Amino acid sequence: MSASGEGILNVMMRGGDPATEAGWEDAPPRMGFFTDTSICIGCKACEVACKEWNEVPEDGLDWLGSSHDNTRHLGADTWRHVAFVEQRVAAPREDEQIGRGADEGFRWLMASDVCKHCTHAACLDVCPTGAIFRTEFGTVVVQDDICNGCGYCVPACPYGVLDKRESDGGIHKCTLCYDRLGAGQEPACAKACPTESIQFGPLEELRERAAGRVELLHEAGVTEARLYGEDPADGVGGDGAFFLLLDEPEVYGMPPDPVVTTRDLPAMWNRVAVAAGALLVGAALCFGGGDRS
Amino acid sequence: MKRPQEYPSSYYGRPIINAPTWKELDVAGYLFLGGLAGASSILAAGASVTGRPAVERRSGACATTAITLSLVALVHDLGRPKRFLHMLRVAKPSSPMSVGVWLLSAYAPLAIAATASDVTGVARPLGRASGLGAAGLGAGVCTYTAALIANTAVPAWHDGHRELPFLFAGSAASAAGGFALMTAPLAQTGPARRLAVAGAVAELASERLMERRLGMVAETLHTGKAGRRLKAAKALAAGGAIVAGTLGGRSRTAAVVGGAALVAGSALTRFGIFAAGMTSAEDPRYTVEPQRARKAAREAATAGVRAD
Repeated sequence: MSASGEGILNVMMRGGDPATEAGWEDAPPRMGFFTDTSICIGCKACEVACKEWNEVPEDGLDWLGSSHDNTRHLGADTWRHVAFVEQRVAAPREDEQIGRGADEGFRWLMASDVCKHCTHAACLDVCPTGAIFRTEFGTVVVQDDICNGCGYCVPACPYGVLDKRESDGGIHKCTLCYDRLGAGQEPACAKACPTESIQFGPLEELRERAAGRVELLHEAGVTEARLYGEDPADGVGGDGAFFLLLDEPEVYGMPPDPVVTTRDLPAMWNRVAVAAGALLVGAALCFGGGDRS
Repeated sequence: MKRPQEYPSSYYGRPIINAPTWKELDVAGYLFLGGLAGASSILAAGASVTGRPAVERRSGACATTAITLSLVALVHDLGRPKRFLHMLRVAKPSSPMSVGVWLLSAYAPLAIAATASDVTGVARPLGRASGLGAAGLGAGVCTYTAALIANTAVPAWHDGHRELPFLFAGSAASAAGGFALMTAPLAQTGPARRLAVAGAVAELASERLMERRLGMVAETLHTGKAGRRLKAAKALAAGGAIVAGTLGGRSRTAAVVGGAALVAGSALTRFGIFAAGMTSAEDPRYTVEPQRARKAAREAATAGVRAD
């Protein structure tokens, strides 16, 4: 396999780069998302743009009673999901001046969730048909013409991203707009985001930008700002789509310490082999005796 | 702005991971039938070698029927059943399902050939060799399914990955032994009886170890649908093993009753483990709490190193 685009960055990206490890030669830089939730305004333009561009079908027009979130969760027909969290917090100083009590402040956390395009992607590891593959951009994509809907990737994903579409039986998720990337365009959600809460670009560049943003927020007194999924040493080898959050990840519906399940697979295979051997030996021993007792 | 004092541990109580889309009857059914088939092939091969034709016939037929039903269930469970052959596009050790597909592709024809040869009397040497091959691969068919479900983010399955292969091997042995006890004459069922009892003991012991390992996630094994099934499964396995082990060699009735209890116990174990996994996937606590604890322990260890 080979991929278009050559340059100095490509050379720098070699080694540890998921596209290169997947067999791409001269892969372009790994591309990803940095979703800065501190400037998300909850407009859901990303959800709409994603649905429009990718022709993702409607998945229920329900009132869920969860703030402004009537989208529910990532799945086959939801590739961007804007979470709304309502929290009672200490009032900001200007509110205290107008006579509001210490605990009468309120804040909204808004965050646009998406497939993480993991460095070590469990969905890709477990896919038995080869439908899920690593693109030259380091992203993870399901090929709809190959997927047979076995569903193994669904519970394998530690983030709850993939799901089965009932209307066609196949598994669907964010492609990081693979078609747009190939044409040199940015993904539809990032293009539509009016505040640049969703930033698209080479992952290395995004990581630097994110570190700077956290530093800035900390200096401004927003000490709860933290990055999620940016660390290549985490349980999934770092996410291709990572986040700046203002609270613990589980508050936004994200796992606090995700691990790619296949990390433990060698240990599982060892145990399976030992158990199978024990079964054969045990059965052989059972044949070493008579029939009446 | 200060951080809020109390943290909700979830987002409106919604699950973190997406629960398996697998249909219970197909997949939990396959976990049982695949185990029954694999271990029955082992019994049939042993019976063939040691001259127990009734056991060879019945266990062989059991393996053939069970694996045929398994294949039907597995194809039926696909979202796009017409594309089942896409499974053979690649072979991936990182996917227990891919490994399983190749294993079944080799095992099923051997098991069916062995039985066909036994029943028809055609090509007996080849049939016996197929039976031995099916027995060897059958051990894998019994146990790989543990890796199949453990290799997911489902807390009750993944965190049980050390014990599940032994639990499944034991459960398969107990089911296959139980079936032979039920159907074959007492004069030939000594090995089946011993295998059934040993399997039930291994199943019960592994489950006990797994419950201890799972910590708070073990709740999913004790409550709700999974709890009811596993409780009944344990009673059937223990009761069946006692009846089969004590009277199963002398009394036809005891062999049938004990054997049936072991087969039913094995099936309920698989359906129970399946249900526990679904519960652990659907309630975010089982994903969040162990991960928070793991993260806190790691951070404490790092802080400890820094302090030194």
